[in-house]
Amino acid sequence: MPRTGPGTAAKRTLVWLGALTALLAILLGAGSYWSTASWSPRLALDLEGGTQMILAPRVQGGSEITPEQLDQAVEIIRQRVDGSGVAEAEINTQSGQNVIVSLPGTPDPQTRDLIQASAQMEFRPVLAGGPGQAAAAETPTPDDQLPKPAAEPKDASDPNWITPELYKQFEALDCLDPAALEPAEETAPADQPMVACEPDTQGKYILGPVEVPGTDISTASYGLQRSPQGQALNTWAVNIDFNDEGTETFREVTERLYAIGTGDPRNQFAIVLDGRIVSAPTTNAVIADGNPQISGNFTEESAAALAEQLKYGALPISFEIQSEQQISATLGADQLRLGLVAGLIGLLLVAVYSMFQYRLLGLVTIASLVVAGVLTYLAICILGWTENYRLSLAGVAGLIVAIGQTADSFIVYFERIRDELRDGRGLISAVENGWRRAKRTVLASKAVNLLAALVLYFVAVGNVRGFAFTLGLTAIADLVVVFLFTHPVLRLLARTKFFGEGHPWSGLDPSRLGGIPLYRGAGRLRDPAEKPVVIARAKNKGASAEAERRMTIAERRRAEQQKALAGRTGSSQKENNE
Amino acid sequence: MSRTSFATFGNELYSGKRSYPFVAKRNLWFLIAGLAILVSIIIPVVKGGFNLGIDFRGGSEFTVSATGNTDTAIGEAAVTDVVPDAVPRVTNIAADTMRVQTERLTDDETLSVRDNLISGYGVGEDQVTSSFVGPTWGEDVSRQALIGFGVFVLLAAILMAIYFRTWKMALAAMAALVVVMVVTAGLYSLSNFEVTPSAIIGFLTILSYALYDTVVVFDKIRENTADGATSTRRTFAEQVNLAVNQTLVRSINTSVVAILPVASILFIGSFLLGAGTLQDLSLALFIGIILGTLGTIFIAAPLYAALRLNEPELKKQEKKVLDRRALESVSSGAHPAR
Repeated sequence: MPRTGPGTAAKRTLVWLGALTALLAILLGAGSYWSTASWSPRLALDLEGGTQMILAPRVQGGSEITPEQLDQAVEIIRQRVDGSGVAEAEINTQSGQNVIVSLPGTPDPQTRDLIQASAQMEFRPVLAGGPGQAAAAETPTPDDQLPKPAAEPKDASDPNWITPELYKQFEALDCLDPAALEPAEETAPADQPMVACEPDTQGKYILGPVEVPGTDISTASYGLQRSPQGQALNTWAVNIDFNDEGTETFREVTERLYAIGTGDPRNQFAIVLDGRIVSAPTTNAVIADGNPQISGNFTEESAAALAEQLKYGALPISFEIQSEQQISATLGADQLRLGLVAGLIGLLLVAVYSMFQYRLLGLVTIASLVVAGVLTYLAICILGWTENYRLSLAGVAGLIVAIGQTADSFIVYFERIRDELRDGRGLISAVENGWRRAKRTVLASKAVNLLAALVLYFVAVGNVRGFAFTLGLTAIADLVVVFLFTHPVLRLLARTKFFGEGHPWSGLDPSRLGGIPLYRGAGRLRDPAEKPVVIARAKNKGASAEAERRMTIAERRRAEQQKALAGRTGSSQKENNE
Repeated sequence: MSRTSFATFGNELYSGKRSYPFVAKRNLWFLIAGLAILVSIIIPVVKGGFNLGIDFRGGSEFTVSATGNTDTAIGEAAVTDVVPDAVPRVTNIAADTMRVQTERLTDDETLSVRDNLISGYGVGEDQVTSSFVGPTWGEDVSRQALIGFGVFVLLAAILMAIYFRTWKMALAAMAALVVVMVVTAGLYSLSNFEVTPSAIIGFLTILSYALYDTVVVFDKIRENTADGATSTRRTFAEQVNLAVNQTLVRSINTSVVAILPVASILFIGSFLLGAGTLQDLSLALFIGIILGTLGTIFIAAPLYAALRLNEPELKKQEKKVLDRRALESVSSGAHPAR
């Protein structure tokens, strides 16, 4: 029969804990080797330095913003920020109302204005240009050969809009230069022509004045194209739905463009968002019903993306900067360093105090805290990798505060064991009984902690969330450590001579705890008034250990108790000496 | 040796040889708590509210770090040069750090003030940071915090009522919690500490800590009073009191252990770091941990006993215990131990 005593079970639990820790470490190691994980936690803006802006989206007409619109707002800002070349910007929403933009460093005024601006979508006819012409012309056309307007332009598609200046600007435009792809801060006036790039096809164009503003779009959607018979084809298309005004103007535009005929660039119209061409489709029909369909080489994704962008046009969202905070990288690093120093000093004080209170048992507290710390650290690193969790200053504070609450689980447990010893139990059974009672308390109280962390996380805003997150994380780490480390270790320690015999330095010395054995064997119970009997400790340890092994359970327990009594007398004598 | 005496202290508390009348003197504690609440409500009313941080007022803030010069006049001049009618608040928040707060400035004004501060305090470009906060930001934070408070209290009360199988424990715990929160708020107002979003985080953590502490002590009370109605040795009130006394060593150890790291942030923060997230947070926690521990011992447990004392079954049991004692004291001729 295999040994299945508590000692074996304790060892097995410890192996599980080791396996869990190793698994986390291997996961993180693999992540940092093959993926973007790192052995140090990702830091939030307040520690890393940078700028955080909280933006309140404002919808035209002043109505409340819907979650869908908020997602669109995030998408708009993400495109703007990414377009402006800021690396590693983070954009999140907050409590269903605000958009938080975190940028490393200090944004230049252009970036700020850009983020604040409302999205501008326009439909303009193409005058010249096309896809794949991205680079600037190597040899600019000589001045005397530049196209000159022969007359006042009569409609938006009239090539007479192209002035020599505009043509030079067009030739000089380099759409391969990332700077040219930045969303324009101020788009060209609606009644003037402009040059623009189409990033997707590396095209550059000269565009006529605005024909239909984006606000005339009611909505946009995407789906599989249908044949005239109504059968679904295997190609994706984007459908636009104009309002009445848009329907009317768009009909006029398509009539004119369709008449120009395919093959001429002027047959195309361009959908311009923030000064960039989102799409420049050709006109294949006169659209009289205000429901044009854009087809082409769409994948489902690109069709969805264009439909989304068209929706922005339908809904110009502007942003009001609610708060802007700049944190210098040095200040953040200082705060982190001092926070860590404070944490370490706090930990040291906790260690000293628990050694003072619990003697060598305090070492178990310290070891448990270290294990909890390692688990939490690994978890934070892994979450930084998979969930982009970033440690903020509030999070660091949460970790430091957690030291106390984690240590409390051990204190509750140790005090229960001491209570059991005071009732006169032997250490092994005191540990088991104490654990049974402490377990309930620890579980109930940690449930409160977890509840608080969860509620705070889901309700609260801003850096409260980071704090709540670490609080919850440490509560879980604490539970893991109490169950998988502290308790098994104590079970094993209870079997050692040092703790089992209640050495004065063990912190579990029954005599100091006033424990008088309840049961002395042979059916005799302790008389509360009776003074403990002193029995000399066996001189020959080897022999006594051997004898111990041969004893029956009842004999062994009696021997334990007698030793405990011997210890008690020793200490009380010491007290008298002081 | 102090440890021995502390262990002895624990032993005596456990056996009941040494006992503090937490339950018996409950009316005194309730009176003190009531007065503290009254004062905590009157102070903010008289003072006209709290010292709200910039997050609640809205405005622009500049932080100048690592300057050798801590003259507040430079900071004031830097602002009034640009905006003559502004009323800047300039504070030396840490050894070498100055903070300038003023009303909301435009972007151009912000840049000019920044330049003024750089030249005025003779620091590098990256040692001056600026930020501004809209007045609604702080409101957002505190509104969400209030909602969080409400949701948490409700859920925690339900959780406790289910776990302890009595709503009276949940009620007593919540009452103690409210006392702790109100008095902490009162202390904030009294001492003119600035209320910042970080302090709000601190308040919310106190919630969690105070209730956590109460649950630990209540669990011991639950254990001790499991045979409440049948015990003939102690009355219910005495059983509750014994539980509080038995967990007193734990309460002391836990609050010391919880407060050591917090205090270390608070004091290190004050000397080296200046007013910031860590300090605001740790201050709220420092007050809250102390009050939370006291609230459990002096309010929650005695209140729970008081709530249950009038139950007919416990009244009967109390009478039985007292009768038995009277009988014993007559037969032995000795005075019964309290």
